[in-house]
Amino acid sequence: MSEDVIKTDAVIVGAGPVGLFAVFELGLVDIKAHVVDILDRPGGQCAELYPEKPIYDIPGLTVVSGQELTDRLMAQIKPFGAEFHFNQRVESLERLEGGFRLTTDGGTKLDCKILVIAAGGGSFTPKRPPLPGIEQYEGTSVFYSVRKMENFKDRDVLIVGGGDSALDWTLNLRPVAKSLTLLHRRAEFRAAPASVQKMLDLVESGNINFKLGQVTELHGEGGQLTSVTVKGADGVTFEQPTEVMMPFFGLTMKLGPVADWGLNLQENLIPVDTAKFETSEPRIFAIGDINTYPGKLKLILSGFHEAALMAQAAHKYVYPDKKLIFQYTTSSSSLQKKLGVK
Amino acid sequence: MARITFIQNDGVERVVEAEPGMTVMEAAVKNSIPGIAAECGGACACATCHVYVAEAWREPTGHPEQMEEDMLDFAFDVRPESRLSCQIKVTDALDGLVVRIPDKQF
Repeated sequence: MSEDVIKTDAVIVGAGPVGLFAVFELGLVDIKAHVVDILDRPGGQCAELYPEKPIYDIPGLTVVSGQELTDRLMAQIKPFGAEFHFNQRVESLERLEGGFRLTTDGGTKLDCKILVIAAGGGSFTPKRPPLPGIEQYEGTSVFYSVRKMENFKDRDVLIVGGGDSALDWTLNLRPVAKSLTLLHRRAEFRAAPASVQKMLDLVESGNINFKLGQVTELHGEGGQLTSVTVKGADGVTFEQPTEVMMPFFGLTMKLGPVADWGLNLQENLIPVDTAKFETSEPRIFAIGDINTYPGKLKLILSGFHEAALMAQAAHKYVYPDKKLIFQYTTSSSSLQKKLGVK
Repeated sequence: MARITFIQNDGVERVVEAEPGMTVMEAAVKNSIPGIAAECGGACACATCHVYVAEAWREPTGHPEQMEEDMLDFAFDVRPESRLSCQIKVTDALDGLVVRIPDKQF
């Protein structure tokens, strides 16, 4: 199995602005990095929460949107050829001699000499509706994503929501499910108009049901859902029989498996020293919103600074025999060569 | 200055003073009002600052724009009086505003 393991100098957990800039700072000191992120694209919160919102406190940029900052960082780090593993979350961390083995939920194994946790507010995970007892149905009757089609095959499926995920799965699961009902709080949808039209056509032809309302209670036993109580848009409550429910209420940030890696934590943040931004464990660094230290400010620019100092400290682990000479990109021909500008 | 009353689900009331120009969410966070998570920091991107505006204040606070209405899809137990508090700008005219905090914020 060892041939399936990717070997690299550094793994960066999180492809937000700080994780991306860490690629740059590590690259300048010849440390190659792989980046893992739960989202399907780079940018982290900048991409997921505010791609179009203006950011006013990036030095030198009067105003920049979350997406533009991400695009600019991706262009800036291009010379360093970092490899990205999207749609994956690092699940486990195993200590090796002189480094770590990380395994993602996608089965990717990465051996690295240093680990940089730049996971921001944690990994983006689907929101769990605050319905009493929902936990007991998760994985058997309540699903937040489709991992196995057989979970939906020949079953009565209820999809809740009005965005792209809700509409896409309505269209994709209809041929698989025994019956499919889409439930949304209003008759307007955020989803792409083409998907909405397809869904409406299916309602028209009697292939799926569409109902207005919000789920208030779950009913069933032994992890098996039998029905849900819905408060209709007119305020009248009704029972909707179903075997499966897929709620789509967006994403929230959860610290996730990082909490189980044996690092010191302080209110879900990782304490670091402010010279190296190293955690309680040598070779593991934490930068950006996920770390804490006296005077910490959760600013992108602070994360950039932390990335620069982290890289200097990381160098000694990756190149224990080499002395690191500090250089400027403006004047160093060797740095300019790495950047591909010389 | 505008005085804003936040009523928790358990009935506890807290009155805070807010400066015109700030949002109702900012007034809540600044005064550590429980139940206003404001996870995204006011970008209208998370629906964790959901409040119910008291009947008398629904007109003065205005109606949600498209983006806010879309984001309310991500809130729990949405009602006609639902608003995202990050989208309500405080003005002197809102002095006395009363909002309720939902039982459960996602």
